[in-house]
Amino acid sequence: MKYLDEYRDGAAAQRYAATLRAIVTRPWTLMEVCGGQTHSIVRYGIDEMLPPGVTLIHGPGCPVCVTPVGTLDRAFRIARQPGVVFTSFGDMLRVPGTSDDLMHVRADGGDVRIVYSPLDAVAIAEKEPERQVVFLAVGFETTAPANAMAVLLAAKKRLTNFTVLLAQVRVPPALEAILEAPDCRVQGFLAAGHVCTVMGTAEYGPLCERYHVPVVVTGFEPLDLLEGIAMAVRQLEEGRSQVEIQYRRSVRPEGNAHARAAIAEVFEISDRDWRGLGRIPRSGFALRAKYAAFDAERRFPDSEPLSPEDPDCQAGLVLQGRLRPQECPAFGGRCTPDHPLGAPMVSSEGACAAYYLYRRRAAAAVAAGAV
Amino acid sequence: MGEITCPVPLGNGRRILLAHGGGGRLTRDLVENVFVPAFRNDALAVLHDSAVLERPSGALAFTTDSFVVHPLFFPGGDLGRLAVNGTVNDLAMSGARPLYLSLGFIMEEGLAVDDLTRVVASIREAAREASVAVVAGDTKVVERGKGDGLFITSSGVGVIEAKRPVTPGEVRAGDAVLVSGTVGQHGVAVMAVRDGLAFASPILSDCASVAGAALALLASGLDVHCMRDPTRGGVATVLNEIASQARCEIAVHESAIPVSEDVAGACEVLGLDPLYVACEGRFLAFVAAADADRALEVLRSRPETAQACRIGTVRQGGTPGLVVLRTKGGGDRVLDLLSGEQLPRIC
Repeated sequence: MKYLDEYRDGAAAQRYAATLRAIVTRPWTLMEVCGGQTHSIVRYGIDEMLPPGVTLIHGPGCPVCVTPVGTLDRAFRIARQPGVVFTSFGDMLRVPGTSDDLMHVRADGGDVRIVYSPLDAVAIAEKEPERQVVFLAVGFETTAPANAMAVLLAAKKRLTNFTVLLAQVRVPPALEAILEAPDCRVQGFLAAGHVCTVMGTAEYGPLCERYHVPVVVTGFEPLDLLEGIAMAVRQLEEGRSQVEIQYRRSVRPEGNAHARAAIAEVFEISDRDWRGLGRIPRSGFALRAKYAAFDAERRFPDSEPLSPEDPDCQAGLVLQGRLRPQECPAFGGRCTPDHPLGAPMVSSEGACAAYYLYRRRAAAAVAAGAV
Repeated sequence: MGEITCPVPLGNGRRILLAHGGGGRLTRDLVENVFVPAFRNDALAVLHDSAVLERPSGALAFTTDSFVVHPLFFPGGDLGRLAVNGTVNDLAMSGARPLYLSLGFIMEEGLAVDDLTRVVASIREAAREASVAVVAGDTKVVERGKGDGLFITSSGVGVIEAKRPVTPGEVRAGDAVLVSGTVGQHGVAVMAVRDGLAFASPILSDCASVAGAALALLASGLDVHCMRDPTRGGVATVLNEIASQARCEIAVHESAIPVSEDVAGACEVLGLDPLYVACEGRFLAFVAAADADRALEVLRSRPETAQACRIGTVRQGGTPGLVVLRTKGGGDRVLDLLSGEQLPRIC
């Protein structure tokens, strides 16, 4: 397929890997930020093509994975209310809260619908004015513009039956939290190409300066990742720590002005809780006061206390790159895609699911002591 | 098509009523004016409590399947065509020549009679193409809101023509894995209409009988060990089923699996993997390695399987039950069963 096959070419991948081997003189540890990148890496075996010593650890960039259990439980309680149409991206349907998920809410009679865009949820609200339509607005800066557009559209149409349950997070504060951790091993980042397509690269310069880490804004196809890794390693070998863009066919340093304007109009920066990571200052978006009418937390007040995570689930350490999925005692045993304890085992972008799906044989061999 | 008319008014003639399932005059009208003329054959014409059939020589294959697709009509097919071909293909996969079908219609009150007659017309057409006779049937009507327009259950009987068993148990190390054509068409075609996704040109379902091609393969005298049609869960699921039932490891090459450009594009947009998307007119064949090329020649000589390809091999040794995909990039990964349904991604 045009614009895809050329980025998945096996022979070209081998050439990139050879280039990388030629420039490496010592071990380096990089983190790919986005879950989409993690899946490509595991799916296409990118990590197996790297020279020994170049290690990838998987970052927190999976929106499904970092949405707190408390937010999910609240979502499920709203979705169970009569008269509510609860809309969500498909990924969120199987994500477990404390004792529920949206699949079971739907089986019990809740009106839960998969949409491909929050604008579809606005269209439902317009078509079914007698029902309260709620959209579960999760995601990083990539989903923020569409979620902002949905709120703007609902405001323009003066809809009183549309709200968003917001769990909108930002990448740079999470990277800073990872770098601040005392046992941080990350020496460079492959930043998420789509986040930077929206936001540009200005937020990453200060991280490079303060922590002396290179940041390479990288795409999602195998050749993108190999090139991004080579660019980051080259910087490390040369003692540089700068923001560079590998994903040039999509990312401009200034980002997408229209998308950023929509975000700025609707949202303000706020503190956010992350599943597995806890509260990170200034790491999310909240609705500005003038759009408070579209806030599902106000429309559906809920005083239930927030519930804790399953104590066996090590998702927090996995999301910080401090534990590999298969090193978790629950991996493949208590925790599988059929019975996930934590979100990284559910989401198509979750690191645990990626390892379970693509690396089960390797994981089984490790467990048997064969490797 | 278009020959079926409804000379006697059915209620007001436009909608299925509860009374159409009540066993009275409207039920009789429906059976005599819609179903019997469409499927005309001696066994059905008796209109007794069961069809009485001549016993064919040879072992029988017997199967059943229910069809609940929504919407009833989609590019490249409809519920009726699906109900015939689904059962016909299941029979053919066991090495049987499909002979007879029975059809159970569960109609929702309010179903448009026009829609029903369209479905019935396409059942007749598909049955003719697959050379099967619809010899028994039943109709029920459920209250509005308790169905989804129309559900069809179809059961089928066929006579075994394969000289040896064609089952997963016959699969051997070294067998070649063939697929009869491009994968993922049906699932994407239905998903596109269901979700109102517009593509530049509509993606057509591959819904068709594969009985002709499967029987031709068996009749060729080649060493065919197993066949299965990749419906729900697609090619990846069937490979996993066979690997687990035959207790073998199967290796397939991503680059060898034919996926049409439009299906690949739609899957990329929707975040789906075409290997897990349903086909309704394709089959996988496990053939002795020495016969693989000739088996492909047999398939490629027929228009419906002209794009048949070899996609993989049953490995000697290996882990029983495992399917390994050699990716286009050259790496290996496990091709697992899906957990639940395939869900579209966030970003």
